[in-house]
Amino acid sequence: MTFTRILGTFALGAALAFPALADENPAVAARQGQFQLFVHNFGALGGMVQGRMEYDAALAQTAADNLFHVTRHDQSRLWPDGTDSMSIDGTRAKPEIWDNLDDFVTKFVALQQAAENLQAVAGDGLDAMRAAFGPTAGACQACHQVYREEAG
Amino acid sequence: MRRIFIAIAALGIIAAGTAWVISSPRPLDSAAIAGLHGEAEAGRVVFLAAGCGSCHRGPGRDSDPLILSGGRSFASDFGTFRAPNISPDPVHGIGGWSQTDFVNAVMRGISPEGAHYYPSFPYTSYIRAEKQDIVDLHAYMMTLPPDATPSEPHDLGFPFTIRRGVGLWKALFLRDGWVMTGDLTQEETRGRYLFEALAHCGECHTPRNALGALRRADWSTGAPNPSGTGRIPDIAGPQFTWTAFDVSAYLSSGLTPAFDVVGGSMADVVSNLQQLDTAELDAIAAYVLRLRN
Repeated sequence: MTFTRILGTFALGAALAFPALADENPAVAARQGQFQLFVHNFGALGGMVQGRMEYDAALAQTAADNLFHVTRHDQSRLWPDGTDSMSIDGTRAKPEIWDNLDDFVTKFVALQQAAENLQAVAGDGLDAMRAAFGPTAGACQACHQVYREEAG
Repeated sequence: MRRIFIAIAALGIIAAGTAWVISSPRPLDSAAIAGLHGEAEAGRVVFLAAGCGSCHRGPGRDSDPLILSGGRSFASDFGTFRAPNISPDPVHGIGGWSQTDFVNAVMRGISPEGAHYYPSFPYTSYIRAEKQDIVDLHAYMMTLPPDATPSEPHDLGFPFTIRRGVGLWKALFLRDGWVMTGDLTQEETRGRYLFEALAHCGECHTPRNALGALRRADWSTGAPNPSGTGRIPDIAGPQFTWTAFDVSAYLSSGLTPAFDVVGGSMADVVSNLQQLDTAELDAIAAYVLRLRN
């Protein structure tokens, strides 16, 4: 498979994953990619917390480092007006986000703080990591509870 | 002509009289309740399992889930329901209710004055509860902080404003039998009690008919969000492939097997259920896995 064909396959996959969005709302596609990276790293830690996989200090630290950095991604171009769930298909971001931007930002900053706390202890053993993991999940939930639609 | 008129009038009176009888409230036998003694400590577990605070805690009171001042709105196809004050305040709450009043409200949807409650209050599930559990719940709720916020009226369209009509609805749809029948293990039986009675999971996960009653034949196969947008997931179909560990872990942590984090009204459910013993969550999980069969 040539490099061009591999690229083409990726592009097709992206088009299937985000129908109409990749073209019309690249910000939404990027936003959703950001959340997938949250889950990709958060999930590795969660797997250890729930005993689905062995605690691995190096992997835990890497995942927590990633989470720290992805939560620092500048948000200013990811949430343009008109990209809420009432305006377009393919997003679960409720319009209430834009009605309560201050609160949304406060909750996002709380997530950043939780990710920082998690990063500080992720490599220090399962118990230490678990203690910081719960508040991080709580920070995710605080937003999901009020600003995310039920799945379509 | 006059005779036909009289006949029609007579039929009308008979129909109205029949409807009046059918729609009359049918409270529980008070002797069966009066002899029970409520234990507040046991009632706390019932309170968490039944999720009373999810709807009845005040808006903007997420940090005080035990102040049941009411006031939350629930939009529906029939209008907007507003959860009333069920704190122990004697005037604006339920502090003046007897134990029998309370059990009839929770398990039959009948107010102390004999009026029907709308089935937005899930007595349609609580009807399957043990009376002792509801008496314990009453004892527990009387220990919570009173709050003097007045209850707000529902905002419904005609003809749903006629409460007596709920009596006809009950005659058609209020059933006390279990949805899942057949041989169940002890754990699955406990799970059925939690799922179908106290935690009233089917109220959101099961689709409703045009009159707002659960379609029991499609039990837990997913439904439009009853008070909002989006859908509540199907947890009985073949595409639901979670293990018992996955379900129990979700109910205790709010994390899906893919490590998405719970949101929406299910977040309230998790915050209540995660305070129960793990064995209770395992029982719900055992029941949920049986839904697929």
